[in-house]
Amino acid sequence: MAATGSPILEVRDLVKHFPMTRGVLVRKQIGAIRAVDGVSFDLRRGETLGIVGESGCGKSTLAKLLMGLERPTSGSVRIKGREIADAKESELKRVRRTIQLVMQDPYTSLNPRMTVGDIVGEPYEIHPEAAPKGDRRRRVQALLELVGLNPDHISRYPHQFSGGQRQRIGIARGLALQPEILVCDEPVSALDVSIQAQVINLLARLQRELGLAYVFIAHDLSVVRHISDRVGVMYLGKMVELGRDAEIYGQPAHPYTQALLSAAPVPDPEGRERRRRIVLQGDPPSPASPPSGCRFRTRCWKAQEICAQQEPPLQLRPGTWHESACHFAEVYDAMRSF
Amino acid sequence: MSDTTIPGTSGSPGTPRARHARHAKSPAQPARDPRSPKGPGPQDAKPAGLWSDAWHDLRRRPLFIASAVLICVILLMAAVPQLFTSVDPYDAAGCRLGDARQAPSSGHWFGTDSQGCDTFARTVYGTRVSLLVGLSATLVTTLVGGLLGLVAGFRGGWPDALLSRVAEIFFAVPSVLGALLILAVFRTGTMWTVMLALAMLAWPMTFRIMRAAVITAKGQDYVIAARALGASGGRLMFRHILPNSIASVIVVATVNLGVFIAAEAGLSFLGVGVQSPSISWGLMIADARPRFLEAASPLLFPAAFLSLTVLAFIMLGDAVRDALDPKLR
Repeated sequence: MAATGSPILEVRDLVKHFPMTRGVLVRKQIGAIRAVDGVSFDLRRGETLGIVGESGCGKSTLAKLLMGLERPTSGSVRIKGREIADAKESELKRVRRTIQLVMQDPYTSLNPRMTVGDIVGEPYEIHPEAAPKGDRRRRVQALLELVGLNPDHISRYPHQFSGGQRQRIGIARGLALQPEILVCDEPVSALDVSIQAQVINLLARLQRELGLAYVFIAHDLSVVRHISDRVGVMYLGKMVELGRDAEIYGQPAHPYTQALLSAAPVPDPEGRERRRRIVLQGDPPSPASPPSGCRFRTRCWKAQEICAQQEPPLQLRPGTWHESACHFAEVYDAMRSF
Repeated sequence: MSDTTIPGTSGSPGTPRARHARHAKSPAQPARDPRSPKGPGPQDAKPAGLWSDAWHDLRRRPLFIASAVLICVILLMAAVPQLFTSVDPYDAAGCRLGDARQAPSSGHWFGTDSQGCDTFARTVYGTRVSLLVGLSATLVTTLVGGLLGLVAGFRGGWPDALLSRVAEIFFAVPSVLGALLILAVFRTGTMWTVMLALAMLAWPMTFRIMRAAVITAKGQDYVIAARALGASGGRLMFRHILPNSIASVIVVATVNLGVFIAAEAGLSFLGVGVQSPSISWGLMIADARPRFLEAASPLLFPAAFLSLTVLAFIMLGDAVRDALDPKLR
């Protein structure tokens, strides 16, 4: 899983605001939902970047921006050095051979009226140059076998498969064009725990065999830890902490990450009582009118005057080895038990 | 859609995909998902697509076979009525006023009407006009309403706003009044003008149903997945959205067919539709209505043919709709 070489995905100051309008005949913009508000990161070949955060923090919008399904308000997304933020449709189509998507819900992400063969083979119909016509069926069967499905089931319909198998079909579709990056938007959240493990292991094996890079979006901390090399923590459209998985899980520096980790259940009863749980007050603020300065300050126990005035940039802080966006970042020792 | 190459007959072993396949067979591969579907079905490992699978399934449905046989007979009746009766109802010499309002007998199977004409022959000959009006109006309504609904629902924005407003204008016209108005413009009532009037007033319903179904289908994950693959607008519309939104339109179309045949009768009754000496079921029903209590058969038989035709098309629509849903197979 070693990440090597120059980044194949570079994201810089990515912003997506969804305008809120009012009026029937004359539309007036009365504000904007700041779904993603200045996110930057790199992804190297063969690397897995986990993105965690609670519902509504902009994870899925980020995935859509990376896929070119939404146009960013500003900022840049470069895939193998090619800018896609303002690329034309035809250019985007070429880039799509490099970056592909695995969606969350295996029950809605497969067209119920197409056979598995047609679903997995559709990428070749859209990109005829990717595979000669006579070779497609064989390739589809090879893909099904690659993801652990019976290649003879090529003529079946999605409803004849279980949730885990359907997710494998979705993964096979994503792999058809031999992409180098796979954006997985909560790929196991809709599955049973036992099936989750199978799919995660499948993704890990595919990464080893095909050298894929993953952007792995999830809200399940343990799943992300299992598969990721690096982890980014998002809060209200911002990346608040970014580092190697051991750093994020072992020495979290941002208060939000610490609270998030302390809320995760610990299976080991030994020492569980001694662990301190940080219970955050209130709900996340509305992304339509985020707090000034640090967005987390309204729920943070460390908040001071400066937090309301100055927005803390994501950078290396004294006493930590990875980037965090907190004026008072410090490693929280009680987390060792996690 | 799907090609018929036998696996492993083409492609050089050096391609990256072959590398995938080789890896898949490596011992590191985990056991296949234990919850694999029941053993290989009859349709396995054979090229398939929605339409060919639907056809394969349809041929074994009793409902489809029954309705198809019925429709074939009706179509034959419309095309060559001479096959079914030797009496030519357009020949006035065949009607004898002395035989008026006879009950069914061996000479006149369905009895005679108040002009003394054979009801069976008239019913058989009336099939053509009724069916042509019903089918053509249904076809035009479904094509126009369906396609416009597909475009409006898929594109959204100003095309949707424009088409929806136009549809609402037609919606606002009361149908009988609207048809009277349109037909009054043409002066002469033929089955084509009747068809046009019916289609003009009925397409907004199909349009709305299609538009709503398309808007629902458009936001589905599989459409987003296809967009992520770089699918064109046409592919999204006709490969993904249309097959998943056509079911309700098929149902409406089959119901419309009956409504149109009945509406043609109503317009003829009002004197703006098809006129004598043309023969249609609607005209026959309208003619027989005032004397229904004295002679029921001139009304009952064309009405029965009308009901059977509508039933046959509704059954066909149901069978097709079910066959197009893989979950119901």
